[in-house]
Amino acid sequence: MSELLSMAITATLILYTVAMGIALARLFGGPSAQDRVLAMDFIYVVGMLVMLVLAIRYDSEMYFEGALLMVLFGFVGSVAMAKFLLRGEVI
Amino acid sequence: MPSVMPPLSEILVAVLLLGSGVVVLVAALGLRRLPDFFLRMHAPALASTLAAWIVSLASIVHFSARGASLALHVWLIIIVLSITAPITTIVLARAALFRRRQAGDHPLPAPLRRRS
Repeated sequence: MSELLSMAITATLILYTVAMGIALARLFGGPSAQDRVLAMDFIYVVGMLVMLVLAIRYDSEMYFEGALLMVLFGFVGSVAMAKFLLRGEVI
Repeated sequence: MPSVMPPLSEILVAVLLLGSGVVVLVAALGLRRLPDFFLRMHAPALASTLAAWIVSLASIVHFSARGASLALHVWLIIIVLSITAPITTIVLARAALFRRRQAGDHPLPAPLRRRS
């Protein structure tokens, strides 16, 4: 791996971390419950992107399955929380 | 200053990754700064569509250049994400609309009128 790609990966991970920090501020200080669910969903998506970038960084295909699982669990969690907000029960 | 140029695929992967980082940062700033919840719902879609597409394209370029053949399995994430992201958005929007109507004190978006 060249110097350029390594530096670009570091910069990208720093940008992702800043974005997750901003979303975390929305998660803790959001005015309503649906804001918190939205920020949680966004943090899941950015975490999935972090897994894909780490797959390039460590040159391993194993992170791909982790990213796929993260998409699925983020979807299930967000839909469960939204249904809870809608009806007061999950199913 | 590196003495030897890195290969073209690594330059492409680096540019794509930096672009995705900027897009995700814009999405997070939108999530932070937009004034209303229904406006804020638009911002994270930027991360789950454009940034995910760019990162998966970078991953395909990288693993195809490392290996001998085309590595297209990262498209699976794009397919799953493009199925699940609209469902999450619609369920969350209906929940938010329901809760605002229950509370009653916030201004709601105007209902759609049928054009005759």
